[in-house]
Amino acid sequence: MNFLYANTYYIAAFGLIFIGLYIVMAKRNLVKVIIGLSFVDSGINLLLISIGYIKGGTAPIFSRPDISPLKMVDPVPQALVLTAIVIGVAVLALALSLVVRLYQEYGTLDIRKIRGLKW
Amino acid sequence: MRKIIALILLAMLLWGISKPISNIPFGMNKINVAKHYITKDISETGAANVVTSVVVLYRGFDTLGEVTILFIAAIGLASILYLPKKRVPDNPPVEDSSLILRTGCRFLFPLILLFGTYIFVHGHLTPGGGFQGGAIIASGFALMSLSCKERILSTVRLGVVESLAGLTFVTVGLIGLATGGYFLLNFLPKGTLNMLFSAGIIPVIYVAIGFKVGSELAGIIGNLMERTQ
Repeated sequence: MNFLYANTYYIAAFGLIFIGLYIVMAKRNLVKVIIGLSFVDSGINLLLISIGYIKGGTAPIFSRPDISPLKMVDPVPQALVLTAIVIGVAVLALALSLVVRLYQEYGTLDIRKIRGLKW
Repeated sequence: MRKIIALILLAMLLWGISKPISNIPFGMNKINVAKHYITKDISETGAANVVTSVVVLYRGFDTLGEVTILFIAAIGLASILYLPKKRVPDNPPVEDSSLILRTGCRFLFPLILLFGTYIFVHGHLTPGGGFQGGAIIASGFALMSLSCKERILSTVRLGVVESLAGLTFVTVGLIGLATGGYFLLNFLPKGTLNMLFSAGIIPVIYVAIGFKVGSELAGIIGNLMERTQ
């Protein structure tokens, strides 16, 4: 129980990542595969943020001058995740547009029926 | 069968990952470079928000690359969805949205734009910045194109805004290179902490990023709405 309590964020992040990977490997509908990819994306963002966390820390913003720099959480993963979220949205849209074209070409979203995508 | 193979693969992956991750204690001390950023932030950049100064100044070149990824994704989406004029399928008859929806959207749209602008103008003082503000502005455009179908986004104008914003980013960086010797040098005065006009070039670049992200995401939404009827 103590282990679960101490590592809640890691467990949730890896839970999201592995659920997403399972969806990518096991599902046959292309839209579901993309949903799985966005699960992996969110899980990795959560993992990076939780690696940078410090117990009892504050946001790394000097909104008042008396905030001690020692109690601030790590700003580097936050800066990475901030851009990664927006890029994730754009890449998701790119993947969805590929799916739209595939549907227009083959009339199906099932990857078993699309030639050249044997799995 | 496939599902069993997938589960076995995931179990192996979990076993491999759990060992290195268990060496990173949760909620403990931060890495050295983060300590440098936090303690030197006020004297070096003058921005109250350390995350912003990491994104725009310490790792500004990296951010330029990330904005480029966004740009390439938007271009890829537009070229994948591109159809020659004669092959554009006839739009199915679209039912007009109701009066309540249209009025509410006309009321909300300027407020959403204002909120997004506030977020990216105050990026160096409060949580927020160009990426977040741009995403909020794009959500305003999404609301607009879902409820008021007669207003079609002009992709040409969005492209002009996006190019100007990108040019601003690169030009500000190159001015730093010309005056002080390295790309994205903070050549403007730093001002006093926690004021709107402080932190030198950080607000300028973040406003440019805000415009760029907003117009790119709005262009993505417009392309998806227009070409996938």
